Amino acid sequence: MSVLDVKDLSVDFGHHRNLVLDKVSLAVDDGQRLGLVGASGSGKTVLASAIMGLLPDNAHISGEILFRGTNLASLGDREFSKIRGRKLSMVFQEPMTALDPTMKVGLQAAELISLHRDSNPMATRDRVEQVFDRVGLSDAGKVTNAYPHELSGGQRQRVIIAMALMNRPALVICDEPTTALDATVQTQVLDVLDSELAASGAACLFISHDLNLVARMCNEVAVIHAGRIVERGTTEDVLNSPRHPYTRGLLATARIDQVEPGERLPVIEDFYTPDDRDNAGRHTELPRRWVSQYGPRQWRRSR
Amino acid sequence: MSVYTIDHVSRRFGSRRRSTQALNDVTLSVKEHERWGIVGESGSGKTTLLKILAGLDSPSEGKVLFMGKCLDIRDRATLGDLRSSVQMVFQDPRSSLDPRMRVGDIISEPLRSPLVKGKVPADADARVAEVLDAVGLPADSQRLFAHEFSGGQRQRIALARALAPNPSILLADEPVSALDVSVRAHVLNLIDDLVDSMGLTLIMVTHDLAVVRHTCDHVGVLYQGTLVEAGPTAEVLNNPREEYTRTLLASTRLGHA
Repeated sequence: MSVLDVKDLSVDFGHHRNLVLDKVSLAVDDGQRLGLVGASGSGKTVLASAIMGLLPDNAHISGEILFRGTNLASLGDREFSKIRGRKLSMVFQEPMTALDPTMKVGLQAAELISLHRDSNPMATRDRVEQVFDRVGLSDAGKVTNAYPHELSGGQRQRVIIAMALMNRPALVICDEPTTALDATVQTQVLDVLDSELAASGAACLFISHDLNLVARMCNEVAVIHAGRIVERGTTEDVLNSPRHPYTRGLLATARIDQVEPGERLPVIEDFYTPDDRDNAGRHTELPRRWVSQYGPRQWRRSR
Repeated sequence: MSVYTIDHVSRRFGSRRRSTQALNDVTLSVKEHERWGIVGESGSGKTTLLKILAGLDSPSEGKVLFMGKCLDIRDRATLGDLRSSVQMVFQDPRSSLDPRMRVGDIISEPLRSPLVKGKVPADADARVAEVLDAVGLPADSQRLFAHEFSGGQRQRIALARALAPNPSILLADEPVSALDVSVRAHVLNLIDDLVDSMGLTLIMVTHDLAVVRHTCDHVGVLYQGTLVEAGPTAEVLNNPREEYTRTLLASTRLGHA
């Protein structure tokens, strides 16, 4: 049974109705790991935000986002907050901005538990330390008492992963979880994510621009380009025999280690040029208008 | 001829009681037209090293010779020499470009610097158009602001600014790590072409060995402030002598390459 079933989801923004997602359909089965690959501006983060109910007010959504049969797209804030962080959680890209700088990380993690269920402080603390311990934060007791800036990038991302797993969710959305990290730390964090997802049995939507990472983490891959899913299949099939030219381009750019040193690196345009330049330009280049929509509310009022 | 001679350089931050050793006795020599890649994880001191080379910081111990002369950033004359021939590209084009300046002004700003002298092109407007063309951006982009461009295009603007005063040495601090994999190829190809056609010496800091393998002919591996290994790229990557280099290779899946 699918834990998440996105049906014909279209999202556009603001007055100009810039279409960012165009009839996206995507299903994730229970316990399955689906990778979502695309370049920046392809709409992958908007899709994640839409599922999490974190889109700004000026976004227009059509279509359905079924999570265990409930349509998240039509849910109000009050009902949504019962699901978000509990059955549905997210690992963000930038751990420094995802954590509250003025709050000890243990307290932030404990808040997740106390918001969603009645739990006495002792049990909450035990659970926090237990999960921190599981994600490889050695000396969990000390880490819980630290502020985010006192931790390294890798430790912060482990905290974020621990928080995402805290309430034993059915689905974890990982939006570029290791992009901000070093190569060696990245490997360790992915290992932790891998084993903890397996242990908890949670399904995962793993978003990244790097096919190598997705191949490592997921058994199925969907490729998103200009707001549309252009290809979906098992990781093996997509990597070995990509059908869409855009996927072929993505594959070639990801494998820079296979190019002889000094030779010209392949770029996407060698494989794929959008037929309709205007149309594609509108999709792939999302300039300031899109950025401002994530900005403060005053911007909307002044318009 | 050696462009840079880094002679037993150490850099400590903080007070005597609580200090961090960012660089520890680093010795390295960079010759003209070499392309150096400095690799290491965050906190290994690679950015500190680059800052010292760019004259934005100075070593606590040891010295750096630039073109045979001791680099002292308090001395305006030496600093002028340095600024005239060394330019830098930073990691994040979102924060290294002034949001309130037009692209044309950003690119021509180094030409107006009182420190930059010598072979500076006289006609600033013509030079801006020239470097914009070199980095593959349309000429009319000089009237726009940086936020109107995508990440890859912004890194092109940063490159254009660095190239405007005709430098002979290009320092790059993680020039592609803030970019998408698909955009990375474009920017790396561009850096490659520019270094070739302008005969630049390149010193690039990165955490990605695959990038170094592709772009650089020499590599130095920094680990906790110490230069553990340095030499021609092929040699270091094929026969890493240090345990740490091997770990780094394994984590980038280049071990088999």
